[in-house]
Amino acid sequence: MADLTRLHAHEMAPLLRSGQVSSRALTEAHLAVAERQNHALNAWLVIYRTDALAQADAADARIAQARREGPAALRALHPLCGVPIGLKDLVSVKGGQATAGSKILKGYIAPFDSTVTARLRAAGAVILGKTNMDEFAMGSSTEHSAYGPTANPWDLNRVPGGSSGGSAAAVAAYHAPLSIGTDTGGSIRQPASLCGIVGMKPTYGRVSRFGIVAFASSLDQIGPLARDARDAAILLHAVSGRDERDATSAPVAVPDELLSLPASDDEAASYLKGKRLALPKEYFVEGMEPGVAARVREAVAVMEQAGAIVEEVSLPHTHYGLATYYIIAPAECSSNLARFDGVRYGHADRSSGEFIADYLRTRGAGFGPEVKRRIMLGTYALSAGYYDAYYLKAQKVRTLIKSDFDAVWAAGFDAICAPTSPTVAFPLGAKLEDPVAMYLSDACTLPVNMAGLPGLSIPAGLSDGLPVGLQIIGAPWSELSMLRLARAYEGITARATWRDLDPAELSLTDDPTTPSPLQRKERLESASAGGSGGQA
Amino acid sequence: MANLTRADVEHVAHLARLGLSEDELSRLEGQLNHILDQYVVLTALDTEHIPPTAQTIELQNILREDVVQPSLAVEDALANAPERSGGHFVVPAILGGEGGA
Repeated sequence: MADLTRLHAHEMAPLLRSGQVSSRALTEAHLAVAERQNHALNAWLVIYRTDALAQADAADARIAQARREGPAALRALHPLCGVPIGLKDLVSVKGGQATAGSKILKGYIAPFDSTVTARLRAAGAVILGKTNMDEFAMGSSTEHSAYGPTANPWDLNRVPGGSSGGSAAAVAAYHAPLSIGTDTGGSIRQPASLCGIVGMKPTYGRVSRFGIVAFASSLDQIGPLARDARDAAILLHAVSGRDERDATSAPVAVPDELLSLPASDDEAASYLKGKRLALPKEYFVEGMEPGVAARVREAVAVMEQAGAIVEEVSLPHTHYGLATYYIIAPAECSSNLARFDGVRYGHADRSSGEFIADYLRTRGAGFGPEVKRRIMLGTYALSAGYYDAYYLKAQKVRTLIKSDFDAVWAAGFDAICAPTSPTVAFPLGAKLEDPVAMYLSDACTLPVNMAGLPGLSIPAGLSDGLPVGLQIIGAPWSELSMLRLARAYEGITARATWRDLDPAELSLTDDPTTPSPLQRKERLESASAGGSGGQA
Repeated sequence: MANLTRADVEHVAHLARLGLSEDELSRLEGQLNHILDQYVVLTALDTEHIPPTAQTIELQNILREDVVQPSLAVEDALANAPERSGGHFVVPAILGGEGGA
């Protein structure tokens, strides 16, 4: 058997059922690569070798039992049975860490499984470990992790995006065919775009958030990262659906057709015929790299050639999205993160013996700079005298942003196509000292969260040798249709040369002398400080 | 232009229960003002008659049967506590000073 880490999950499933490959062999192969390359990528905060192999053996036993029982029992197995997966380190796995990339949760051991974890276990997936992330999912580069940055396998001096940067880098580097991320303003789609993979933020309410560390509760969603649309659909199927333990999870049916997106490129491409795609003009201005805009327009053009009907539309309130988001998300985060009080779990400083002073010390030492910035912004926006001017105003503008999208669906469009990120992956450290520049990374993705819509990013070629993502935005609960569109785009571009390329610097990660992302970041910082006359 | 003073920043930090160093307060004063300046674009929009959106999927009052279900065991809930006593979390005294309330 060729390199097992190159297989998609949908390719593993039949091999596992026919007995041509075992889950143990798949798991061993992925663990070996992840362990060998993690020093150069820092995609994983922890790798669970022993537990993963035990889960693999259990999956092999389940498959063997089903084989004895016959074809119906084999068909009843979820396609993820025996398939390795990575989880962002804010997903609770009973008995394991869930740092959320923060020092304040260092040493915390989750006392229960999240619903996503429980559903993956029920499907028989093999949890390889937990992936790096911006602290509490606040960031667009994974540099706000308290455990060091993650590198992008396309260029190790560049960020993988964020906040689900570890999940994206791990899948792009073939450490796992699949991973779970979360997306509050773009944190699945933007790293998927920057790492050249598929990532989907489902409709708000599609996936239960029970057991996931909260950031902004009216925006957060959980979703899949994968190397193609079929795999993303399979993982979405496994984790979706109503859960009594999350009151915001919706009683909406999960379509089983997610498990059977077309294997044939031609069949997949035929889905585009007559589909109406909207191209919002506001998404192609203000700081967009020309190479990104060009790849996205080319992607839309080939879909048009394949039979889609493309029309330009206006989402007139797009310009207000960034300000609105950066009021609502910090406000909700300042409320959610009030729970970190050093009483029930997490870092605690009790040296003063006085309770307010202890809170101040615990939280002052436990949170990193970006989290503090957002707690401060949110606390200010919600404080007496400012609530109406900021938070209430933002909630009203949110209504206008949502109504822009509603008008597109009312006009009969099947989906909106746009860039995922205005830029390709940027160098480590480039935006760390300028929060507003960092926030602009999510300008094309955060309106989707505010409207509660599903959005996905799919690779659409390269600009200057770095991946560009095409964003597909859909009406609520239209994930199946969006993934069919994404699969169709894969079908019509199946023979594009860029599809066969490995991440350009992947081979360097095998070299034990390759520096860590933290070493690279420090080198880049000292070089730029020296080059510009030693400015602070 | 936003005009958050150093005293405002210290006040907000106290409301948020964040103990910040002098250095952090200085940096935040500049950064928060810069970020608040970006919010100015919203003042141009007339939203007087626009209802606010708090959530997007319009779910209401989801009920379930009132039956007892297993929940987190006391030992599990206390397992991560920085300080515990028997079946309880230990918290600092919040009333009174010397000798307690």
